[in-house]
Amino acid sequence: MSTPTIAVEALSYSYPDGTAALADVDLHIHPGERVALLGPNGAGKTTLVLHMNGIHMPQDGSVTVSGLRLAADTVMEIRRRVGVVFQDPDDQLFMPTVWEDVAFGPQNLGLAGDAVHRRVAAALAAVGMDAAAQRPPNHLSYGQKRRVAIAGVLAMRPEILVLDEPTSNLDPASRRELTSILARLDMTQLIVTHDLPYALELCPRAIVIDEGRIVADAPTGELLADEELMAAHRLELPFGFQLRS
Amino acid sequence: MAGAHVHALYRHGDSLLHGLPPHTKIVAAFAFVLAVVATPRTAWWAFAAHAAVLISLVAVARLGWRFVASRMAVEIPFVLVALTLPFFGGGETRELLGVQVSVEGLWDMWNIVAKATLGLLTSIVLAATTPIPELLRGLGTLRVPRVITAIAGFMVRYLDVVLGEFRRMSIAMRSRGHDPSWIGQIKPFGRGIGRLFVRSYERGERVYLAMASRGFTGTMPAAASDQAGAATWAAVLAIPAGAWVVTLAALGTL
Repeated sequence: MSTPTIAVEALSYSYPDGTAALADVDLHIHPGERVALLGPNGAGKTTLVLHMNGIHMPQDGSVTVSGLRLAADTVMEIRRRVGVVFQDPDDQLFMPTVWEDVAFGPQNLGLAGDAVHRRVAAALAAVGMDAAAQRPPNHLSYGQKRRVAIAGVLAMRPEILVLDEPTSNLDPASRRELTSILARLDMTQLIVTHDLPYALELCPRAIVIDEGRIVADAPTGELLADEELMAAHRLELPFGFQLRS
Repeated sequence: MAGAHVHALYRHGDSLLHGLPPHTKIVAAFAFVLAVVATPRTAWWAFAAHAAVLISLVAVARLGWRFVASRMAVEIPFVLVALTLPFFGGGETRELLGVQVSVEGLWDMWNIVAKATLGLLTSIVLAATTPIPELLRGLGTLRVPRVITAIAGFMVRYLDVVLGEFRRMSIAMRSRGHDPSWIGQIKPFGRGIGRLFVRSYERGERVYLAMASRGFTGTMPAAASDQAGAATWAAVLAIPAGAWVVTLAALGTL
């Protein structure tokens, strides 16, 4: 099989107060896959994501991105390879204009001039926000902010896009626009969510994490149909939602 | 919309003033204010000349007098303080409307009010014709250290966000019977402010994480800068140069 884009092996992590956040996590994501990471609040989803780009360093076990193992001297390259889109776009859009914000990552990579312009233009076009380049982020709608946040990460040309709760606070129309954008992006994606219909729509494969452990890893449709598993990990389909068999 | 608050300083338009490179406007505004400050307080005609220049700039930029007047309101507290000076100043006194006032204090009052008004009007013209991102870029072009312009940029960016949080918190408090006009309820209000501080602090951490995730290592990327030709500089600087001629003439005639 190909080199996994993300390989997490026996990863454990405890917070400074001793609370175990991740216990013996094993996870492989291969190039081109779109995977959903599901789990209730406090299951360890965000902690796992913060390990994937080296914000947290593994206490036990390892994280390897396209064959490069996460360590103090590889962390900058890992952060370029793994693009994380955080939950609240206001945390991520900190520059005075949309253009400057999307250019932030490429400039940190040491690019300048035309190279930056090309990347920013391509990233904004990929999320359909080219017209807003000179606007300040606080003048955008929530859905538009989310798309600009994704553009800021795409401009780094990552090998995998990790999205933390991408549908939270989006109205149905913005949610649908986001779906078509993500479906169109031809790249490996990990979507962290408790929006189960969204996971089903976009991701053929889903992983369930609860209390810091991976408890299921299966095709999304199969997993959502397993009522016992779902109930055991506080996962619920919205009212009126029927899985088509 | 929360955005309206911060950017109320800017007045969208396509006038000659709006189109100038931001750094030239900043230099011109600064030089003009210095000329105003250096003007001797007894030179009435010089203040009138400065005011005439600013008034014509407001007209050229089509800012609208109502807009300018509403922005001038920020000066009112300073004017009120200045108005007390004639009553406390020492030295020679004279009677004005039946009250003994200090001549020295009257001059002080005039000096403060005239210079503050002209200085404020200058900054209103600058801010109303230059969007904030352009102002920051202009400061960068003038070699203001990147860390300073970055901090100013963050402040502007997050002022809206924090004000939005404050508004939501205040609505939530009032929805549960809090009456902010009653002094007995100052305590929950103070707690709310404390919470707002903690939340903003936590947001600062999340923003830093997002920055680190996109390769931030402690140095902000250089901001874009603008170019201005000699002709543009000459045209823009002609305004403060004129003001300095007036000021120097006023100093010379004393």
